[in-house]
Amino acid sequence: MTDATLSLHEKDRSQMPIEYSTEEGDLRIVGFWIFLAAELVLFGTLFGTYLVLQSHTAGGPTAKDLFEIGPVMAETIVLLVSSFTCGLSTIELRRHNKRGLIGWLLVTILLGLVFVGLEVNEFYTYAVHEGAPLSRSAFLSGFFVLLGTHGCHVSLGIVWIIGILLQLGKRGITPVTARKAFMAGLYWHFLDVVWIFIFTAVYLTGWVI
Amino acid sequence: MIDSVKSFLGWFFVTGDPMIYGADASIALVSIGIVAVLTYFKKWKWLWNEWLTTVDHKKIGIMYIIAALLMLFRGGMDALMMRAQLTLPNMHFLDAEHYNQVFTTHGTIMIIFVAMPFIFGLMNIAVPLQIGARDVAYPFLNALSFWLFFFGAMLFNLSFVIGGSPDAGWSSYAPYAGAEMNPGVGQNYYLIGVQISGIGSLATGINFLVTILKMRAPGMTLFKMPMFTWSILITSVIVVFAFPAFTVALALMTIDRLFGAHFFTIAAGGSPMLWANLFWFWGHPEVYIVLLPVFGIFSEVIATFAHKTLFGYAVMVWSMVAISVLSFITWLHHFFTMGNTAPVNAFFSISTMLIAIPTGVKIFNWLFTLNKGRIQFTTPMLWALAFIPNFTIGGVTGVMLAMAPADYQYHNSYFLVAHFHSTLIAGTVFGIFCGLHYWWPKMFGYMLDEVKGKWSFWIFMISFNICFMPMYFLGLMGMTRRMYTYPAGLGWTPINVVMSIGAAGMGIGFALMAYNIVWSAVRGKKDTTGDPWNGRTLEWATASPAAEYNFAHIPEIKSRDAFAAMKEARAAGHAETVPPYKAIHMPNNTGIPVIMSAFMFIAGFGFVFEWYWMGIPGLIGVVACMIARSFVYDDHHYIPVEKVKQTEAATGRLS
Repeated sequence: MTDATLSLHEKDRSQMPIEYSTEEGDLRIVGFWIFLAAELVLFGTLFGTYLVLQSHTAGGPTAKDLFEIGPVMAETIVLLVSSFTCGLSTIELRRHNKRGLIGWLLVTILLGLVFVGLEVNEFYTYAVHEGAPLSRSAFLSGFFVLLGTHGCHVSLGIVWIIGILLQLGKRGITPVTARKAFMAGLYWHFLDVVWIFIFTAVYLTGWVI
Repeated sequence: MIDSVKSFLGWFFVTGDPMIYGADASIALVSIGIVAVLTYFKKWKWLWNEWLTTVDHKKIGIMYIIAALLMLFRGGMDALMMRAQLTLPNMHFLDAEHYNQVFTTHGTIMIIFVAMPFIFGLMNIAVPLQIGARDVAYPFLNALSFWLFFFGAMLFNLSFVIGGSPDAGWSSYAPYAGAEMNPGVGQNYYLIGVQISGIGSLATGINFLVTILKMRAPGMTLFKMPMFTWSILITSVIVVFAFPAFTVALALMTIDRLFGAHFFTIAAGGSPMLWANLFWFWGHPEVYIVLLPVFGIFSEVIATFAHKTLFGYAVMVWSMVAISVLSFITWLHHFFTMGNTAPVNAFFSISTMLIAIPTGVKIFNWLFTLNKGRIQFTTPMLWALAFIPNFTIGGVTGVMLAMAPADYQYHNSYFLVAHFHSTLIAGTVFGIFCGLHYWWPKMFGYMLDEVKGKWSFWIFMISFNICFMPMYFLGLMGMTRRMYTYPAGLGWTPINVVMSIGAAGMGIGFALMAYNIVWSAVRGKKDTTGDPWNGRTLEWATASPAAEYNFAHIPEIKSRDAFAAMKEARAAGHAETVPPYKAIHMPNNTGIPVIMSAFMFIAGFGFVFEWYWMGIPGLIGVVACMIARSFVYDDHHYIPVEKVKQTEAATGRLS
């Protein structure tokens, strides 16, 4: 689909970044932004559900009882730093530096793994040690599903980026691999933004209210 | 051992009803028949290469429509069973439980497995041709959308013979749909089957949004697009913003049922009304997802057969935009009676009534398009003309229902049922039949027979009125929806008899249409010109059926109704310069979408029965397919110039 199929608007792409250098890359990136818009609605619905059910603790543990500042801050810092390193990987991509790109993506998914590990540990602590599993109350159902959905997204992102790393290793930076790495970056930053909302809507309000 | 196998089978298969055994036998026979025919004629390879692995939007569109027609047949049988049960008081044709299952599957199938895929089929066929593109933006994703819909629909339909059907209505309200009051697998089938096909719908929305925004032929600005393409653009936006909410709602209820969460239970702090909010936050926009595209179809058909350009083009566009925005802020009118505060009901009452304004504007624009036109009464035009008054009745009763205080009287009565059938049948069903007859020659290269088409139209349309007009009065007389029988002496019997006659007539009308399809396949008039209706838009500029690559040369667009303008220019003797042919770059066929969706089906079936040993490997298969796809680089091929020349010559278009 690189040239004659879809190329209806002749456009000079020589000055554009490599991920936009083909018609196909351009189309896929636009589609991915729209996908992220849909994801926004998905998370928006989960946030709405959580906020409605936040006070419905049914006599079980409340947000204040459960949330501890230490692990939450650790998760937050790890994920925010991973977003920064992901940004660095995109800079290296634009500089056509394959080693830099692969290196920063590796750092990003390692931090992602640490985040997922911390989150699993947090879940385990609540569900097993604190007697607060998902089936305890509507509040906990909302909590686990909102954060679990985010955690699943991060995990899937890690698998995806591993796949892209293998392709980058084999093929180097081409318009196709560049587009994939760039889109994975968009996805990663998006998950970071969602986490900021989780930090605010779930943890901060949990400590305050 | 034998006893435990027996008891498992007795639980696994639906037993005890002779009608179900009949269905078992017919499903088995049809399946054996299909396998036998394919094997005897050695067609397996053809099926795989030409259809199962195709990424061609035209073939995907045809598959959508075939599947939707089959589902329409099943949904229609459900409707006839309900009418048979309600014809006379105190009938025992269906028992209460069976009746509940039938109205649930009727609603779910008609909305999710008939209306949406039928529209997706028509837009797959028409939109890329109308904008002068060679395919959609993501052909692979398009195939995946279709197969997800197909396997989702199959999973849902399996409930009928394996495990038991859902019975909580198409809106699946909590708490009745929850695990406590509704044990068994029926609701799981609903939640997971609809979920799988919903993921496909979301992907279709993204796909067509990008296709229309980015792939229009040179010169075709947004306000030069055909109206059907506009309607699909706006519909796609609604899909992208409404479907994720439904995905979440279905997932939450699935988690409630399978893992004991408490989103919608009353125990442990859940909120049943949250389900109603989430469901209708998708559900109301969904109404417009199945209506706006048929508004587009009617706009095309009315302009074509009035031989005039569409009246009030820009107003038509902006009124659709207004409808799409309003569609997101009216969801609460589905449950005015659920105990909201008066200001909340007032807000949603007004926002609902507001929708009548842009819709009314559209009705007048269609009428003004007809005004002083040379109207040609073809079958598609008859469907379009019948739509205007019949749909308006549905719209006006909608405004009646929108008044919150009055709704306390109408709510859940047959008045409501009549209202939404007036909009969904006179709107969506008339629209998809209209589009089917209109684009049929473009799909297959021959026409549907006009005489039989008109007979089926008149029978169906008159029967529709016989069935649903009396239903309004039945509702006002107090009969409520979803009651499986009623006592004699309430004065409801004569109306119910009349309605059942109407329903049977609609069945006959549809059967005649099916006969017409078969008859025309053998004897239908060939369309050799590619432009049998004297059309105005680009899909008629290419051959019928269009070549794999749609257009040998991408057309240049100068005005609205691009093809009509080209024909005028040609008639005025303006010579066209035809550049030499070039090799055409096209996407390769791929088996991944159908395999991935089959894994999704396996996973879905496992989760329905809470068999995680089956569900989790199924999901792993899905992820493996995604990874496999990511590593495919060689996914395009060129159609050489010689082949393009041959194809064009075969349709007499070699210039």
